[in-house]
Amino acid sequence: MINLDVVQLSRLQFALTAMFHFIFVPLTLGMSTLLGIMETVYVMTGRKIWRDMTQFWGVLFGINFAMGVATGITMEFQFGTNWAYYSHYVGDVFGVPLAIEGMMAFFLEGTFIGLFFFGWDRLSKNAHLMVTWLVAIGSSFSALWILIANGWMQHPVGAFFDFQTMRMEVTDFSKIVFNPVAQAKFVHTISAGYVTGSIFVLAISAYYLLRGRNIELAKRSMTVAAAFGLASALSVVVLGDESGYLVTLNQKMKIAAMEGMWQTEKPPASISVIGFPDQQQHVTRYAIKIPYVLGLIATRSISTPLLGIDDLVEQAQTKIYNGIRAYTALQQLIHNPQDQIAQHNLRLDANDLGYALLLKRYTNNVVDATPQQIKAAAWDTVPNVAPIFWSFRIMVACGIFFILLFATAFVLSSRHQLHNRLFLWIAFLSLPLPWIAAELGWFVAEHGRQPWVIEGILPTFLGTSSLSANSLFTSLTGFGIFYTLLTGIEIYLMAKYIRLGPEYMLGKSEHR
Amino acid sequence: MFDYASLRIIWWLLLGLLLIGFAIMDGFDLGIGMLLYRITKNNDERRIVLNTIGPVWEGNQAWLILGAGAIFAAWPMLYAISFSGFYFVMLLILTALILRPLGFKYRSKIDNTSWRLVWDGALFFAGLIPALCFGIAIGNVLLGVPFYFDESLRAFYTGSLLSLLNPFALLCGLVSVSMLSMHGAVYLTIKTKDIIQQRAIKSVYLFVILTIIFFALAGFWIAYDFRGYALTSNINIEGPSNPLYKLVAPQLGAWLNNYNRYPWFIGAPAAGFLGALATAILTVFRRYIFAWICSAISISGIIATVGLSMFPFILPSSTYPNMSLMVWDTSSSQLTLLIMLIATIIFLPLIIVYTSWVYYILRGKITHDYIEKNKLSVY
Repeated sequence: MINLDVVQLSRLQFALTAMFHFIFVPLTLGMSTLLGIMETVYVMTGRKIWRDMTQFWGVLFGINFAMGVATGITMEFQFGTNWAYYSHYVGDVFGVPLAIEGMMAFFLEGTFIGLFFFGWDRLSKNAHLMVTWLVAIGSSFSALWILIANGWMQHPVGAFFDFQTMRMEVTDFSKIVFNPVAQAKFVHTISAGYVTGSIFVLAISAYYLLRGRNIELAKRSMTVAAAFGLASALSVVVLGDESGYLVTLNQKMKIAAMEGMWQTEKPPASISVIGFPDQQQHVTRYAIKIPYVLGLIATRSISTPLLGIDDLVEQAQTKIYNGIRAYTALQQLIHNPQDQIAQHNLRLDANDLGYALLLKRYTNNVVDATPQQIKAAAWDTVPNVAPIFWSFRIMVACGIFFILLFATAFVLSSRHQLHNRLFLWIAFLSLPLPWIAAELGWFVAEHGRQPWVIEGILPTFLGTSSLSANSLFTSLTGFGIFYTLLTGIEIYLMAKYIRLGPEYMLGKSEHR
Repeated sequence: MFDYASLRIIWWLLLGLLLIGFAIMDGFDLGIGMLLYRITKNNDERRIVLNTIGPVWEGNQAWLILGAGAIFAAWPMLYAISFSGFYFVMLLILTALILRPLGFKYRSKIDNTSWRLVWDGALFFAGLIPALCFGIAIGNVLLGVPFYFDESLRAFYTGSLLSLLNPFALLCGLVSVSMLSMHGAVYLTIKTKDIIQQRAIKSVYLFVILTIIFFALAGFWIAYDFRGYALTSNINIEGPSNPLYKLVAPQLGAWLNNYNRYPWFIGAPAAGFLGALATAILTVFRRYIFAWICSAISISGIIATVGLSMFPFILPSSTYPNMSLMVWDTSSSQLTLLIMLIATIIFLPLIIVYTSWVYYILRGKITHDYIEKNKLSVY
């Protein structure tokens, strides 16, 4: 039987390492693009301050990029080290975008980043500009392929279960690449990265302006960040809406959890702006609701109902019964692969095979599950509602705030009023917000997916490696301590070089 | 043209190619990390040496990332068993790989001796551990490792960390360390001059000799006293990938069978030896770039020897030989292998072209003056 401690620890470790990785990646995405923009202005205008800006922000970018790379290798290894059965079960599908990410993105980023730092004196202006943009494009390509992979986890299209190899296999690669969930997720995530980079530049520039230093550099940086940030913030919210719509289509339990929707409402459903979901009593208390809004934005109709958790559990129960039939056929096929009737039966209910696997938590045999166990397994399809409910709302609030902040910056910049001290303080103090929004957003996406590691196909608890709890304790603690230490060092270096400022790095002192 | 069996062979070859690519391109980075204390005696010299690879090492590391990704995509069962089975070794390698980018980037960011001491140590560790551990891993692959599957193809690895550190695997670790140090030293003869170059030349000679000795020892061991594995039943080379449908038996000297069937396989170990020898000779004659090419040939030969000796085995099971992983029953589906092949045909040549361009732009030696002039921006 599965060791559930190992499952919990493996999940915790993956979450920990992923969240650390996602501290550095959004900043890489955003800053690489901002560097491209700043250097483009330099090449087009010939004004040296724009080159100074590129080189200064480039130093900070480099300090961050190193940690992004370092924490990223862990992610690629961790599917194999800690999720070995997952790697077998879906590797035929999941491994492809990961490998293409390596070929298309990592090589591009990694090869040209060296020239970005070391090639100023060896390349023409145009050649170096191309190098900078290739790094930015490389990092965005990286996001594309990993999100195609994640999109497949959420909405597993273009694949089927092969009983001869006991795994999922690709049937239609274009369905996987053009999976609408992946596409929306990609644009949403890179937009979030672009917002992060923009807030970072905005906040640090605000710091300089508050201190009255590097005024010319800071003002111009702020202007670029405001414009790019505004476009990105609008994009992230629009694509967030699109992502929500796709979740409503393809992951009904997740949207129900995000909205604390226990019972199905008469369409169009109301939205609970705030509330306190109670996982035991199946109710969301003290909810402040706005009628019709959820139904309109989630289903984009006035008549399609948004199914509540209770109704979805009923549906899950039916799927489990279907899945048991598929599982029975599968067991017959393991003993006799030529059994035509079993092959037919498996095909009929193959889509719900994953639901039968939920029963493995209670009985390894699956086919002898009691009605109580089936009911329990059906309730297992409900993720932990309250954390998802609140994380989602905090993320959305941040998103709206970003639009307002960047719009303000944009207006102030066009009126040459960037020295407004209230605005500068707000901009500076906004620094941690994009990270909070990005991490909470990813949390909603993945925790909302539970109990599935591949939606409807493979429950998370079945995906782990056959390791001991002791091994997991060791590696989890190791990562915790190691990563915290390294992140501390990274932040220390960032702060140090921000305080030293462009004067130090460019060997100049006339940047007032 | 692209039947399942052919695709499997192609992807077995490509896996080897990618691993060889990693050893050739990132190998000299690892080698230089290992040589750091031998070849540099003060901060200036250290900066010079680190900056010979500073701008290129990250692109080089992409070969490793791609290699791991390709194992996942083309041989998912191998990826699952080896990464989870060798858990603590993988974590150790990971620690080293995490420290590498930070060592390079952060080392010179604070002008403090203790700070640099720590990061230089990290860079040394980050060169040594992957080199050693990959060799140890390969050694264990040749020996076979204890694992089995249940009927849902869930893998259970039953070995320990200690059992991985057996004498043969450690010898393979030494082969790996020597050949990559040789490779790193040759690279330094190209990119440095004066005293650093002289020290690098001496290291070339030392590590050529060690590579030849250790490789020969491992070779004799495999030839005269080694249990390999052989297929004892039929196997459908076009069939679905399921390792449970064949029979395998351990067999003394089985890893030599391929050399009898395909005598030209001997070219691989020959290249290993002759390449290393040529590296030393060409270094004497100061043809450093040709020496690097021969060093690369030597590494290719050594790694290819492993693959060719074991073919069609990929990962034998020492406790349940019938469940060993083979080329014919461990691969991804035919469609996946085809998709991956097309992607590789498109991107790999592109990668080689733009990588060459970058090296061309960065040609020339790293000197003390260069470091002085660019103090604040170089590593």
